[in-house]
Amino acid sequence: MDLYEYQGRDLFERHGLPVLAGGVATTPEEARAIAERLGGRVVVKAQVKVGGRGKAGGVKLAEGAEETVARATDILGMDIKGHTVHKVMITVTADVAEEYYFSYLLDRANRTFLCIASVAGGMDIEQVAAETPEKVVKMPIDAVEGVDEAKAREIVDAAGFPADVADQVVEVAVGLWKAFVAEDATLVEVNPLAKTREGKLLLLDAKVSLDENAAFRHPDHEALVDQAAVDPLEQAAKEKDLNYVKLDGEVGIIGNGAGLVMSTLDVVAYAGERHGGVKPANFLDIGGGASAAVMANGLEIVLSDPSVKSVFVNVFGGITACDAVANGIVQALALLEQRGEKVTKPLVVRLDGNNAEEGRAILDGANNPLIQRVDTMDGAAERAAELAAAGV
Amino acid sequence: MAIWLTKDSKVIVQGMTGSEGSKHTRRMLAAGTNIVGGTNPRKAGQTVDFDGTALPVFATVADAMKETGANVTVIFVPPQFTKAAVIEAIDAGIELAVVITEGVPVHDTAAFWAYNVAKGERTRIIGPNCPGIASPGASNAGIIPADITGPGRIGLVSKSGTLTYQMMYELRDIGFSTCVGIGGDPIIGTTHIDALAAFEADPDTDAIVMIGEIGGDAEERAAEFIKANVTKPVVGYIAGFTAPPGKTMGHAGAIISGSAGTAEAKKAALEAVGVKVGKTPTETARLMREIMSAG
Repeated sequence: MDLYEYQGRDLFERHGLPVLAGGVATTPEEARAIAERLGGRVVVKAQVKVGGRGKAGGVKLAEGAEETVARATDILGMDIKGHTVHKVMITVTADVAEEYYFSYLLDRANRTFLCIASVAGGMDIEQVAAETPEKVVKMPIDAVEGVDEAKAREIVDAAGFPADVADQVVEVAVGLWKAFVAEDATLVEVNPLAKTREGKLLLLDAKVSLDENAAFRHPDHEALVDQAAVDPLEQAAKEKDLNYVKLDGEVGIIGNGAGLVMSTLDVVAYAGERHGGVKPANFLDIGGGASAAVMANGLEIVLSDPSVKSVFVNVFGGITACDAVANGIVQALALLEQRGEKVTKPLVVRLDGNNAEEGRAILDGANNPLIQRVDTMDGAAERAAELAAAGV
Repeated sequence: MAIWLTKDSKVIVQGMTGSEGSKHTRRMLAAGTNIVGGTNPRKAGQTVDFDGTALPVFATVADAMKETGANVTVIFVPPQFTKAAVIEAIDAGIELAVVITEGVPVHDTAAFWAYNVAKGERTRIIGPNCPGIASPGASNAGIIPADITGPGRIGLVSKSGTLTYQMMYELRDIGFSTCVGIGGDPIIGTTHIDALAAFEADPDTDAIVMIGEIGGDAEERAAEFIKANVTKPVVGYIAGFTAPPGKTMGHAGAIISGSAGTAEAKKAALEAVGVKVGKTPTETARLMREIMSAG
């Protein structure tokens, strides 16, 4: 889960890291209250989970409450690279002398964590990394040993932080590592990590990603989810413990196992190229169980997407037997009827693996005109795409 | 023969008395796996009956190894306890730990992996969040269905469970030496490269199927490894060509971030080193079939 800057700032503050005083507003009036509390000159920053907001006009200075209200009014509702701004963060300003870069992140390739640090931070860090990679230090961090003062000093020396801020950077490096571990983050990025004219170190931006697998030890992380930005179908699926991702196409997809479902999306997209360019409408993994209830919940979510014109149920019976899955599908349709939902969209079902013959016989025996059985994955994808194209 | 798991492997189950653990212990026994016991500190000394096979419960992995000579453990404990379970297995010095548990925090996986490295990697860890490893006709450690295919001379390594099963099914008439599901998490104990190296060295494997998916650069690194080290034919499949960037597709590791992790890049890297990459699982199986029938 990626956090907004203001959530990252709050997280840093909770862990005792030096950040600017500030608050977040969803309306110009809230912005006024924050500006009055902070007093003087403030910066108003659009809260979007996309880079380049400064260049898009999403960061403005304001003098006093009236000007803050005006700037917040400008920025709220603005579109930045397809992201609508619903919140602005307002902080006091800092008199910045130098900008550095500092981050901790997961290093998949080396199966550990990585610290990236540079004294050439700021807006052009990516260019710096590309053109003068020697100015960017990458240091592996042992997951067990972590970052203590000695390790932090090693980072500071390697990156060449100036002597007058070295001690402060060491302190931030250790504190940031503690926050990274304590919050089960997969990324904490500070750009810029700034030195003020008074020589004080400040974390002026916050990019934080949290590991959703660790939610069981962070009940507070749930509150960080931006409900307004969550797709309503994805939300409904989550409440039913279904792994659903909304996509842009017309063919609803239900399958078992993440890899098989991903593969199903591809096969349907290829088939769609021959049928008016129809595409998969969603990713939905119903997992290993695939009971009638789970299948009904899955079908309900997929069918409630108005752009869906046909549904492809692609199940490989591994542990689950296909006859159980077939019964699940038949019962799910009956269950939906009972819930008062008239199913009218065609279902293409492909069953293979454990007890496939029995499963296919059950589908045939159901005599439901909506169910079309196709016994190969490629063939079923072709049929589902064809039906979706006909229904568009 | 096979890689890492053979008919001689003596297997214990951590979490054998839990619901998933007991269900799959029964299945593994039915598949012919030589299961010699399980662990649960609160039930140590007891015996659990699995359809006529009485299995002893030990307090720790070390106890189980001492009493039974076990060299493989399959871990079914919940995510909160997985790190401790794996560290216990590493401390006991077991050869192979298969971590089935889904939803393990990546900081926990990073920690037990670092711990394993510090101990000199005595333990091969497969997973977490994986279906396990099966050497058809010999032994089965994990949740891969045992009756999809019989023994044969294809090696299979895959990030995905059901795609593994699909591929085993497509090529069931030829059969497999060993099928390894390495899991789709961002940090995993056994990589594509580890499996490729083992299959290359295995006299009973003639060709290798490698199944990858979006996210990370493991497939690209596997391609480099194949170029330098693998002489046996390799056929590849990548899932997620049409996955949009920034959306996690079921597996914690299956996400395209920025320009990294796309299926297109992985396919190109594999094809550049002579690996034939199928567009669909069925086409991938056909490519392997051609190789096997050409001898």
